[in-house]
Amino acid sequence: MSRVRLVLLLVAALVVLLLVGAIALYVLRPRALPGYASAVPASTQAINRGEYLARAGDCVACHTAPGGREFAGARTMPTPFGNLYVPNITPDEETGIGSWTADEFYRMMHTGISRDGSLLYPAMPFASYTKVTRSDSDAIYAYLMSVPPVHQKNRPHELRFPFNNRDLLIGWRTLYFKEGEYVADPAQSAQWNRGAYLVEGLGHCAMCHTAINALGGSSESKAFEGGMIPNQNWYAPSLTSNREAGLGNWSIKEISDLLQAGASERAAVYGPMAEVVYNSLQYLSDDDAEAMAVYLKALPPREAQPPPTSQARLVDPAVMEIGRKLYAAQCAVCHGDEGKGQPPAFPPLAGNQSITMSSPVNSIRMVLNGGYAPGTQKNPRPYGMPPFAHVLDDDEVAAVVTYIRVAWGNSGTPVTSAQANDLRKLPAQ
Amino acid sequence: MSVLLLLAALGTAPAIAWCQNEAVPAFRQLDSMEARVQGCVTCHGQNGQGTGNGSFPRIAAKPAGYLYNQLVAFRDGTRQYAPMNYLVAYLPDAYLREIADYFASQRPPFAPREPVNVDPAILARGQALVTAGDAAKGIPACVSCHGSGLTGMNPGIPGLVGLRASYITAQLTRWRVNERHAAEPDCMRRIASRLSDTDVTAVAAWLASRDPPRDPSPESSNLVRMPFACGSQR
Repeated sequence: MSRVRLVLLLVAALVVLLLVGAIALYVLRPRALPGYASAVPASTQAINRGEYLARAGDCVACHTAPGGREFAGARTMPTPFGNLYVPNITPDEETGIGSWTADEFYRMMHTGISRDGSLLYPAMPFASYTKVTRSDSDAIYAYLMSVPPVHQKNRPHELRFPFNNRDLLIGWRTLYFKEGEYVADPAQSAQWNRGAYLVEGLGHCAMCHTAINALGGSSESKAFEGGMIPNQNWYAPSLTSNREAGLGNWSIKEISDLLQAGASERAAVYGPMAEVVYNSLQYLSDDDAEAMAVYLKALPPREAQPPPTSQARLVDPAVMEIGRKLYAAQCAVCHGDEGKGQPPAFPPLAGNQSITMSSPVNSIRMVLNGGYAPGTQKNPRPYGMPPFAHVLDDDEVAAVVTYIRVAWGNSGTPVTSAQANDLRKLPAQ
Repeated sequence: MSVLLLLAALGTAPAIAWCQNEAVPAFRQLDSMEARVQGCVTCHGQNGQGTGNGSFPRIAAKPAGYLYNQLVAFRDGTRQYAPMNYLVAYLPDAYLREIADYFASQRPPFAPREPVNVDPAILARGQALVTAGDAAKGIPACVSCHGSGLTGMNPGIPGLVGLRASYITAQLTRWRVNERHAAEPDCMRRIASRLSDTDVTAVAAWLASRDPPRDPSPESSNLVRMPFACGSQR
């Protein structure tokens, strides 16, 4: 075969490949939904309902920059693929969503396709919001149209190649996105279904409580099994394991208190979950909080192994003694000699799943940086834990965290000074 | 008797030990502000008196308005210090006000002063800036706003007593490089921008070398006309 023919053949092959690719992009690109009849002007009632639902969806957390105007965007969202800059969703005509229609808003929520046809990055939880009903989407739209418009241009995302090419999202969507409103399970109660709708839809709990893989996707088969939150370095515990945040043996009130007040007889929330309670869950009605609790409690446990017993025998007695002394000197005044705590002010550590779960990240972070539970309507004056990063060295942090993970029959495993050191280098957040 | 013994012990113990006891969590009654502010004690001490660590300021008896402004600024990120930003991120205004009021009302004893080792000429420059300012450079005296006893002025101007030189230097430097701000008009930015490195060292050293006042309460406002308008005093 001559050289010229070979080149021609290669070029032809390339053209065919490009054509196939272009056709695939064209065919696979999601289409606009059929138009809906234009909505009547929103009533006060619809706007109020929209505000409630927007809170249930925690829109404000991402779409407001620290110290910035509400919903005006511009918040930096670091991801493993580069920085995203969250857009302005105030009704400013030019820089916000003021010229969007309710149809376009619903299409965005339901399919993850923006008004201009571009595919949204899945940092926007459309994989959850797709479950939101048209009527709820319209109410949220009505509410957002009613907030003060802020003229603030969106900043372009700064994602690395190849993630800066939105067409790659077609692949991501094929793997991880299933479009469709929530379908009630007739075998379950109305309350369970309401809880499922909130947890799986607006609550977008899966964004953190389902592990994110290297492609930034979460697999449905691993739903709510927990995982590290990328770039925040907190561990979002599994909601399906009674060894993590599984709620199988919690009472409904203990669960709804944790969601709504931020503190309960069993535990208190800190870090990213404190944000969720502060901006979103504290505003839920008692009925909705209870419905979420009912659904969460009923999530089927997926434990492969029987629960482990105390791991104290694995710990070097010298380390255990350092941990015990530190605990008695610094921790016992609030958490009690036997780790029973003084709930809901100071959470118990004995039998606390968040202490004993396999990832020690959150316990180490709490010892290093301390933390306040969020101040909420039901718990407006929360108690707090001080930072010990400047008081304890890595060996001491490891010893005291090891101690609380294995003392009082707790079934956690020892932690190392290196683990404490890794987390010490990260800023508190 | 035990109180006397305790006082005697305090008098002889070195400064660090004195502070460390105050930095360990402890409270008398669960439903109290004392128990609720345990999140502050390893850095700021049980009663806001500070601890052995020079990075953390004494906050007791500072004006409630000043403390509140700082808590809000830390929460909203307009004052940047990651450990504080994290701790108060999800606390509502009313509660931050309560925390500010609590520490503003505390009157713990002052920690023993740390020795200040600087050139006497530097100390003299510091004293001059604090008590008289430098008219040629347009720097008003610290006392003209922070009070003749340097215990601050209600509602928004902090006391400068009982602070270590390292903390004062760090804060003035942050103001000079535009990392720390106050409500506009930001009088401290105008002043800090006129200070040289030596001025900062001098002011910090002289302030840290002073004996604590008998009464650390801030002065009431409106006793003086301030040389620069300050947004924090409105």
